[in-house]
Formats: sequence, C-alpha cells, structure tokens
Amino acid sequence: MTIDFAIILIPFIMAALILLFNKQLRKKYLGWIVLIIPVSLFLILTTYIPRIANGETYTHTYEWIPAFNLNFTTYIDGLSLILSLLITGVGSLVILYSIFYLSMKESLHHFYCYLLLFMGAMLGVVFSDNLMVLYAFWELTSVSSFLLIAFWHHRKASRAGARKSMTITVSGGVSMLTGFLMLYVMSGTFSIREIIANVEKISEHSLFIPALILILLGAFTKSAQFPFHIWLPDAMEAPTPVSAYLHSATMVKAGIYLVARFTPVFGGEMVWFWTVTGVGLITLFWGSFNAVRQTDLKAILAFSTVSQLGLIMSLLGLGSVAVHLGYSADTVIYTQATFAALFHLINHSTFKGALFMMVGIVDHEIGTRDIRRLGGLMSIMPFTFTIAVIGSFSMAGLPPFNGFLSKEMFFAATVKILQLDVFSIESTGILIPLIAWVASILTFVYCIIIVNRTFLGKIKPDIQEKNPHEAPLGMLISPFILITLVIAIFFFPNLLGEYILKPAMASVYPTFPSAAEMTPHISAWHGFNIELLMTIGVIVLGIVLYRLLKYWKKIYRIFPQNWTLNAIYERVITTSENVSESITNRYMNGKLTHYFIYIYISFVVIVAGTFVALDAFSWNPRLDAPVETYELLLVFIMIFTAIGLVFAKSRITSVLLNGVLGYSVAFFFVIFRAPDLALTQLVVESVTTALFLICFKHLGALKPEPSSKRVKVSNGVISILVGATVTLIGLAVVNYEKFETISTYFENSYELAGGKNIVNTILGDFRAFDTMLEVVVLFIAGLGVYTLINLKAAKKEGADIENK
Amino acid sequence: MKINDVILRTVVKGVIFIILTLGVYLFFSGHNAPGGGFIGGLVLGSAIVLLYITYDLETVHKKMPFDFKKVAALGVLLATGTAVGSILFDAPFLSQTDGYFNIPILGEKHLTTVTIFEAGVALTVIGTLVTIILSIGEDE
Repeated sequence: MTIDFAIILIPFIMAALILLFNKQLRKKYLGWIVLIIPVSLFLILTTYIPRIANGETYTHTYEWIPAFNLNFTTYIDGLSLILSLLITGVGSLVILYSIFYLSMKESLHHFYCYLLLFMGAMLGVVFSDNLMVLYAFWELTSVSSFLLIAFWHHRKASRAGARKSMTITVSGGVSMLTGFLMLYVMSGTFSIREIIANVEKISEHSLFIPALILILLGAFTKSAQFPFHIWLPDAMEAPTPVSAYLHSATMVKAGIYLVARFTPVFGGEMVWFWTVTGVGLITLFWGSFNAVRQTDLKAILAFSTVSQLGLIMSLLGLGSVAVHLGYSADTVIYTQATFAALFHLINHSTFKGALFMMVGIVDHEIGTRDIRRLGGLMSIMPFTFTIAVIGSFSMAGLPPFNGFLSKEMFFAATVKILQLDVFSIESTGILIPLIAWVASILTFVYCIIIVNRTFLGKIKPDIQEKNPHEAPLGMLISPFILITLVIAIFFFPNLLGEYILKPAMASVYPTFPSAAEMTPHISAWHGFNIELLMTIGVIVLGIVLYRLLKYWKKIYRIFPQNWTLNAIYERVITTSENVSESITNRYMNGKLTHYFIYIYISFVVIVAGTFVALDAFSWNPRLDAPVETYELLLVFIMIFTAIGLVFAKSRITSVLLNGVLGYSVAFFFVIFRAPDLALTQLVVESVTTALFLICFKHLGALKPEPSSKRVKVSNGVISILVGATVTLIGLAVVNYEKFETISTYFENSYELAGGKNIVNTILGDFRAFDTMLEVVVLFIAGLGVYTLINLKAAKKEGADIENK
Repeated sequence: MKINDVILRTVVKGVIFIILTLGVYLFFSGHNAPGGGFIGGLVLGSAIVLLYITYDLETVHKKMPFDFKKVAALGVLLATGTAVGSILFDAPFLSQTDGYFNIPILGEKHLTTVTIFEAGVALTVIGTLVTIILSIGEDE
C-alpha cells in the first residue's frame, strides 16, 4: 500500500473505529483524537509540495475490475495537491474549532464520523484518476454533507435543508455520471489523463458537446452555481464548523476542481467558455445582490459564498480561452485568469473560513445571528471583531489582505479578455467586466454590513442583559491562524505562486510547455492601471450605496414572491411527489390478487415471449425417460390437490393441501435423485406450514372474494397461461441448444473446488457471489419484516418525533 | 386457547436432539454429500421454531438468550468477511481454499474455508427464520 492510497483510506478507517470504540472513548478526548488524522495527513501532504513544484506527479494503480476498465488509480499533481491541502488544512482547523464549539451533550461520535467520512470522500475525489471512482467519491461527499446538514435532525429546517442539498447535488451528480459514460464511449477509457492525452480524437464526436453540458451540470450543482445555488443557503442549518468546512472551503470547491480538471478536455469549445463564464458571472452577481438583503449573518455568508464561487467559476471560464487559442507567446497572458481562479480559491478558503468561525463565535456567545438584534460587540469581543474586519475586508478586496490581490487579478482578467475577437467576445464581451464590477460593489456593501451591524453601533438592551463576553481561547485559535494566512499571503504571494499554483497551472494547461511562463509575478502595487481604478470605484460607490441602503432596498420587493427559485423548486418537488403518488396508487391498491396478476402477466409475457421470439419451444419425446407408474400416481395426487386447493373453504384445508403439494414435489426430487433439493424442499415446507399456523391468529376466516364472472374468467385464463408456460418450458429446456452447456465445468468440482457434491460447490464456490448476496438479501428481508411489525407497534403508542 | 400438550412436550423433548443433531450433521456433511449451510441452517432454525411453538416464548428465551437479529447479522458478517478476507491473501474476491491437515486424535481431516462461508449462511438462515417467526408470533 502506497502513501497516497493510505491518505484516502485513513479517514474512512478512523470513521469506522470511532463507531466501534465509541463506548470506550471519553467524549472529552474524542475531538483531540480525531484531530490527529487531518493534521498528520496535512503534514504528509506538505512533503509533496517541493516535489510537485519540481513538476513531478505521482500515480499508482490498483487493479480492481480490470475487465471493465475499473481501476483505483490515484494521481497527485499540482491541482489535486491544492485541494488536498485545503481539505486537510482547513479540516484540522475546523476540528480544532469544533472541539470547543460543540457541547458535550451532542452525539459527537456521529459528528466526527461523518466529518471523517467526508474528508476521505473529498480526498478521494481530488486524487482519483478514474472517472467512475471519482463519481463514487463525489456522491459520497453529497451523502456525508446530507448527514452533516441534518446533524440536528430534530429540527425540521435541518431535515429540509439536508434533503434539498441532497436532491440538487445528487441529480447533478447523476447527469455528470452520464457525461462520464459518454466520455468513455468516445475515448474508450475512464482515465482522465488518457482522455486529456487523446482529446483531439474525441472533440469531433457528436457526443462531445452533450458530455460537456452534462459534466458542467454536475459541477454547477455541486458548486452552487445559479440557478442551483438555492441549496447552499438552506445548508446553513448545519452546525457552523460544518458550514465553514464543507459549504465554503471544500465540498463546494469540488465543482470548481472538476471544471479546472476538465479544462484541457473541453476548454477549446465556445460553449464551455460562455457557459462557465456566463453562469459564473450571473452567480457572482446574484449571490452578492441577495447577500445584501439578508438579516441572518450566516445567510449573508452563504450568499457571499455563492457569489465568490461564481467569481472563481467565471475566472476558469475566462482562462479556458487560452486552450482554444493554443500555445504561443501572446496567448500565455490569457492563462492568468486561471491562475487568479486558483489563487482566489485558496484565498477564499482562508477568509471565508475565518468569517464562518467568527459567526459561529457570535452565535455561540450571544445566542443570535440576526443582524437586527446585534450591534456594538466591538468593545466586548475585540478578538472576534479583528477576525471579522480582516476577513470582510479581504473579501471586499481591500489591501493589505490577500483578497485584494486576487480581486485585482480578476478585474485585470475581465478587462484583458476584451482584446480577443474569438467566440464573438467583441459584441457582448463588455458585459463581462461590467457585471464583475457591479457585483464587486455589492460585495463591498455586504462586507460593510457584516462588520458594522454586528460590531459597531450600540449594544441592544436584551443582549446586554445576558452579559456577553469574548469567546474562549480554543475557539479563537483556528480563525486566527486563518487571518494570519490572509495577511501572510498578501505579503508573500509569490511563495504561494511558485510552490503551489505553478504546478497546478501545469495540470490545467498540459499542452503549454512551461509552467513558469504562466506564473505571473504577483505584486500589490502595479501602478495606476484600470484594475486599481476599478477597485477605487468599488470602494467609493460601495460606501455611497451602503449609506443609501434604505432608499434602494425596495428593489428587492419587485420580484414576485411565488416566482423565486425556491418557490419553483418547492413546486416542482410537490408536483412530482403528487404525480408519482397518484401513479403509484393506481396500481398499488393493496389487493394481493392484483399484485399476483401483475407478476404472472409479466412472467408469461417475458418468459414465454422470449421463448417464442427465439423459437426455442421444441419437444422431442424420444429423448424423454420412460414414465413409471408411481410417477403417474404422484402426478395425479398433485393434480387433484391443486384443483381441491382452489375450492377450499377454510384456511386450514388450504394450508394442508398446499403442504401436500410441497411434499409431493419433494418426493419427485427424491425419485429423480436430487437429495439436496428434496431435503431443502422438505424443511422449507415444514417451516412454511409452521409460519402459516402462526399467522392464523392474525387472519380472519377465509371469505370468498365477491368477484364478477368476467374477473373470474380472466384470472382463470392467466392461471392456465402460467401453468402452460411452465410446463412447456420444462419440456423444452431438455432440448435447449441456444447456449453452450456449462455442466462440464461443474463436473470437475473436486479438482476445482475440493468438494464432491456439485450442488454444494456451486453454492459455495462457483456461484458463491450469488450465495453471498442471497444471504444479504435474506437478512435485509428479515429485518424488513421485523421493522414492519415493530414499527406498527411503535406508531400505536402515539410517538411523534416531529420537531421534538 | 389452552390445549393439553403433554404429548407434544414429551415427544419434542426427545425429538429436538435428533433434529439438532441432524442439522449439525447436514451442515458438516455438505460439500461432499447432500447438506451444507443453507439446509443445516434451515433444520436448526426449524428446531428452534419447534421449541418456541411447544414451550412459551419466555421459557425458551431464558434458556437461549440470543438476539436472533444479531445472529443473522453475525452470519452476514461471516459470509461477506470470508469473501473480503481472501483479498488480504492476495487472492481474488471470494476465493476459497482447502487442504488436508493432520489433527491429533481426529486424524487427517479435510478442512476448507468454505465451511466458514457456509457457517455464515447457516447463521443468517437461523437468525432470519427465527426473527421472522418470532416477530409475527409476538405481534398482538
């Protein structure tokens, strides 16, 4: 086992260990023990930095199902290293923060188990080279996010938020899977690297554009892009450390990662350029526009995350133009957008993580996140105030914080793209810098709102009464590390550029010869140019707009309430639930007879239909063995029992007659020398009879069904058809020659499986996979019966778990 | 409904050992002769069901304080565990192996890993069978 494989596996193993040893572990130490994992993984990953920066990549393949091209291939390059460092780095800080944030009364083992599950899944996403493995991990992140959002599952809003995020991200995931399968059809491989290497062979294929769109859908839903962003604000029902970790720093970046990863494949297409840039810009604007009107601090941060994700997305779109243009000395400049995207990806994780933790502190110490009730906390919580100021100003794009650098690069990229005349940029391209600029002004406004409304002004009397105080040191450590990074990156951005971003650029643009050429020198001061003027404009207009907020806030009432995206989503969900319910109720009517009719009709149609279609009904009487008298006797017994069964008036009679049928079949097995079958049949028959006897006390007397003559006739016809199908197939299989016989394989059972009984070697060796799954199914069915019966009992007690 | 079941009880006391022995015999005779995990498990399970029918639930539960859901779960774990276990020995999923071993007193015996797998099957069958019948029987 190599180290990169272990990195993915360790969080999963730890998650399992937590659940197994939950009772032995003290709750007090649980968080500290868990903390070891991300910290050590982070340290291991940092050792990769210098090697990756030298241009090395690491790949290992574990063959899983090579026949289907399914291999567990890990691949570490610059791009995956950035993400993995964020996952483990922010993960460590978040776990440290949770130790102090979560009360000891919570079910901590579940929390940490889900968190580790997520960590492993996310590492799996960024390290997988195989598309199918990537997809599996991708959905696993959705599942763990679902579990974490619903962590306080006694609250209705948590459950609703969890369901919403699950519905949206998983639907996107399924469409992405379809896109992956199309890529497989085109390229014949699931390996991302091989697809990238052979991209010119597939780009003319008719499935290329559909695959592009489907994969983008997956990325957009995951990264909360417009119009799929609606799940992210609702996901804020999760505990704040989770929001800081999954819903701002890591999971929502998975879509960005995917877009960056697939830029070498699809980047040359006009559709890709406009969709990614356009959706990114709309999201950027819509997110910041909506953030301004929120009153819940966490909701502001949620919309601001949406907006910032849109910013990164649009930068990746802008950068993809370089793939279209191909490498030359003039085109390298357009890769800077991607560079800015990756740079901002890191910056966003630092300042947004700090801001979320700040909100968590306010919520934890004051008990509310509503900005209408907050205010004047600066004097009480000076440290928290510092975090808020640095985080917000960085997000607003002010120096001396890292957000300033990436925001300036963003402006530069939007302006620079106007010089191009591909993809009909010349006609509508001017919108790109314009939307970016307007959205940035709004960003500035809500950043001021966060700081001013929470920390400046007067303390509201009801909060004053609670005697608020600064957070404990433990909760301050993590956000302070993050804001230290915010400042450190501003002063030493090129360190980051050289060691972390440069190799990632090489993975986004594998055809460009030199990564160093694509790594610009980042400097805070670059003369009075257009980007600086834009920033100054943002500050001036932002302050003006903030002052005039109450005058233009009416604009939000223009939008009709029942046409918001949330309302549409609710309507779609309710309608589809109702429609599916009415369809289901039409055939699931609770009548056993009807269900049998469905089963038998499909049996006759499918089985007899196949035999007729393949012309497989053939009967050769000469091949049959001679029929003995006692066999005929048994047949007659069975015929009479079966006819009698139909006319039985009481339950006990029908059960006994059924038993007679079963035992007669067992006799047949004995006669035809199938002792295994006979034994099984006998025991099953006895157990079934016992089961019937036990069930009797729940059933009333056998009542004849009041059915019309037409129903009786049609039921009779179906029964006869089923009987005829079984009989004819029984006669025909002896002469069936469509497939080659496989019995020669089983005849060597002693050499192959070490058993002299063929039946047992089939069950335990040759077809052991079937047996194993049957065992699992049997177990599930048993649990199903158990829960069905006991759940009914629990309901009677009137236990209402809603909103407890 | 109270029936005079002295005869049933007396018969079951003797018969139950025969059935249990048959179940164990069938379980071990599998692979080379008719039998195996499924049939063995069924016979053992039906023996337990017979006990439950003859005596009341409390009496049997006092003598056999198992949670049969857990028995079934253990069975599933054994069956899938042997399947995964073969990977640890660098063999494909679900590989089975066998060999002849010389065991003191018992002499040379043919031992297989299939037996563990079959034990999983048997335990699942017993657990599920008893769980279903008990939950229907206990339901009021």
